[in-house]
Amino acid sequence: MDIKVRVWRQAGPSAAGKMVTYDVKGISPDASFLEMIDVLNETLILNGDDPIAFDHDCREGICGMCSMVINGVAHGPEKATTTCQLHMRKFKDGDVIDVEPWRAAAFPVIKDLVVDRTPLDKIIQAGGYITAPTGTAPDAHATPVPKKDADAAFEAATCIGCGACVAACPNGSSMLFTAAKIAHLGLMPQGQPERDSRVIDMLQAQDDAGFGGCTNAGECTTVCPKGIPMSLIGRLNSDYRKAISKR
Amino acid sequence: MAVSGALLVLFLFAHAAGNLKIFVGLSDFDHYAEWLRGLGTPLLPHAWFLWIQRVGLLVAIGLHIWAATALTIRARKARPVKYAHRPKIQGSYAARTMRWGGVIIVLFVIYHILDLTTGHLNPEGGDSDPSARVVADFAPERWYVTLFYVVSVVAVGFHLRHGIWSAFRTLGQQTTKGERRAQAIALVLSVVLVAMYLSVPFAVLTGLVD
Ligand code: HEM
Ligand code: SF4
Ligand code: FES
Repeated sequence: MDIKVRVWRQAGPSAAGKMVTYDVKGISPDASFLEMIDVLNETLILNGDDPIAFDHDCREGICGMCSMVINGVAHGPEKATTTCQLHMRKFKDGDVIDVEPWRAAAFPVIKDLVVDRTPLDKIIQAGGYITAPTGTAPDAHATPVPKKDADAAFEAATCIGCGACVAACPNGSSMLFTAAKIAHLGLMPQGQPERDSRVIDMLQAQDDAGFGGCTNAGECTTVCPKGIPMSLIGRLNSDYRKAISKR
Repeated sequence: MAVSGALLVLFLFAHAAGNLKIFVGLSDFDHYAEWLRGLGTPLLPHAWFLWIQRVGLLVAIGLHIWAATALTIRARKARPVKYAHRPKIQGSYAARTMRWGGVIIVLFVIYHILDLTTGHLNPEGGDSDPSARVVADFAPERWYVTLFYVVSVVAVGFHLRHGIWSAFRTLGQQTTKGERRAQAIALVLSVVLVAMYLSVPFAVLTGLVD
């Protein structure tokens, strides 16, 4: 496949950036999107140019690092799929593909396509934990959990913290991420002691980090590589209402 | 947003139902307007109850617009650099037109009050009967007024299509079944409301009400 990519190039956090067009020739349709950029980078390096900086780690859809907005869609055109799991056969020969970093005030660009997603960690630090006694591991069945709750908690726990929800949200809000974390802990008996403080503190951390406010626009869930459902945001709202009415 | 919006939806339904009185007869419609002003008497002086409602509406509208503005400002701040490739709308179209839709509705409401409540912008003027103002408004030669009403009412429909559902979610709706139900309620209420509002101008336009 021969394609053109227009990529956001920005030398550093405070440098001005711009979209730069590159020709990429002879790409296998079975290459992943990241492998296509690897090939492009090899050419850039051979020509003595600066390779395109991008985040990646597992390349198997579980680490959440491969943040790229492809043709205006976070993680590209394939639903419930991370950029690393997206293949070039989803594009056509001769396509011009736009590649941009996540755009959010809370996610400043470090270089090219690499952004700083630390604010998501800040939200976790504010309440994404449980208090448990340390020492010997407890018996697996010491605290029974209904199967239904365990499944729902597991579904929420599949959030990989990639930040695509923020990138896609017209409000730049991280509500889907925060809602997933709150549901995953709040559905379990172990998560109950901090349930009220968790939602209040995590929302505060989210606001402090400069994320926008949620208006239930629903773009987040359409790009989420793990298909985290928006209904969890309703759960967050309900937890929040109960928590503030107790204060 | 959800609470002030819910109050406005209640008003919209009461208002739409009142408008349908015009199908009973022009003088019944005028009596209805008179009755609105007499509500609460003799406990309250004439038209006081109406004014209490108006103040309540203004407070709800004020809170609604204030919250919407705060969210818009936060959204702008949260994404200072726009995408070069304009993101395509993947969620609902209604959700993405809430802000501009809201602005159109405010402009419409201002025009609408000057037109049908005070009569300043109505060919019949302020001293006429409310029914005469309505009939004059939607006369065929003033098709552009009717068009503006239609566009605005459809904008209200879109606004509520997302707004009603979003209010459920904000107030904690969280099951999949409930989501389908809330979506259906929002759609049905919006369509019914639009139909109720549009029936009046179309009835005048086609000569059904004269
Ligand atoms: C095409 C459909 C509509 C018709 C025929 C209509 C008709 C009227 C009439 C005749 C009045 C004056 C009532 C009186 O003076 O007692 C009025 C007032 C009003 N209408 Fe409408 N209306 C329509 C749609 C709407 C919509 C969609 C909204 C809101 C978004 C709206 C908001 C208002 C408001 C705020 C007032 C003033 C209420 C007050 O003075 O207390 N109307 N309308
Ligand atoms: S909710 Fe989905 S899109 Fe958002 S961070 Fe988690 S996995 Fe990524
Ligand atoms: S590189 Fe790990 S999810 Fe894509």
